[in-house]
Amino acid sequence: MPLKASMQGTTLVIRALDDRIDAAGAIQFKEQMRDLTATPSARVILDLSNVQFLDSSGLGAVVAVMKLLAPQRKLELAGLTPTVEKVFRLTRMDTVFTIHAGVDQGLRQVG
Amino acid sequence: MIEMTGEPSSVRDGLRRAMHSPPLVALAQEDRSTAEIVLAEILNNIAEHAYSAGEGPIRLWLGWAEGRLSCRIEDEGLPMPGGSPPVGRPPRPEDLAEGGFGWHLIRSLAADLAYERARGVNRLCFTLPAEQSVG
Repeated sequence: MPLKASMQGTTLVIRALDDRIDAAGAIQFKEQMRDLTATPSARVILDLSNVQFLDSSGLGAVVAVMKLLAPQRKLELAGLTPTVEKVFRLTRMDTVFTIHAGVDQGLRQVG
Repeated sequence: MIEMTGEPSSVRDGLRRAMHSPPLVALAQEDRSTAEIVLAEILNNIAEHAYSAGEGPIRLWLGWAEGRLSCRIEDEGLPMPGGSPPVGRPPRPEDLAEGGFGWHLIRSLAADLAYERARGVNRLCFTLPAEQSVG
């Protein structure tokens, strides 16, 4: 589960490079996100634009990362592809995350 | 028929093979996406629950007719608790649950769900909307 982190001003942007976050990779994803978000930042945006597929284990891992960051920071999401968007919408978990169309839009917006 | 083993990396590989074979490969994007979600949830549930005590085989059959995809999945693991698939009541979003979404997704998307257990085999059948892609 390769992830690439970069600081954009005071925002930590983490890009998922794999095309799926599923049951086979969810634990690894969560552990790597925990390590990468140890870097202090005002905001954290997870760029999911490469991720074509996310299952309920992947969703659970994203929720777990959100809880790891709380209460100091919120996990913001960007670039949901159609299948990923569908999983968030059907579970109504799109109501608890700030979701940006893309990283650029997220960076322009004040967290 | 597509065969895999009841553990996450074999399920990922089996699902990938299914997505790239007929009939799934020829479906419209929206229906292909729905099929991938439902199949992933069911197959991973089998790996996690039916085969919680040890791995075993999973067999998947897919057929297409008149705008529906027919799916049959068999495993030789533990039976469904209570003899039927979970109702799948979704967790409340504000509770920030990290699991319990699987059967809600399956029941939201699949129809004609039927489960039977016979001679040590779990058999789950269901249908999904499935228009073929144009062009």
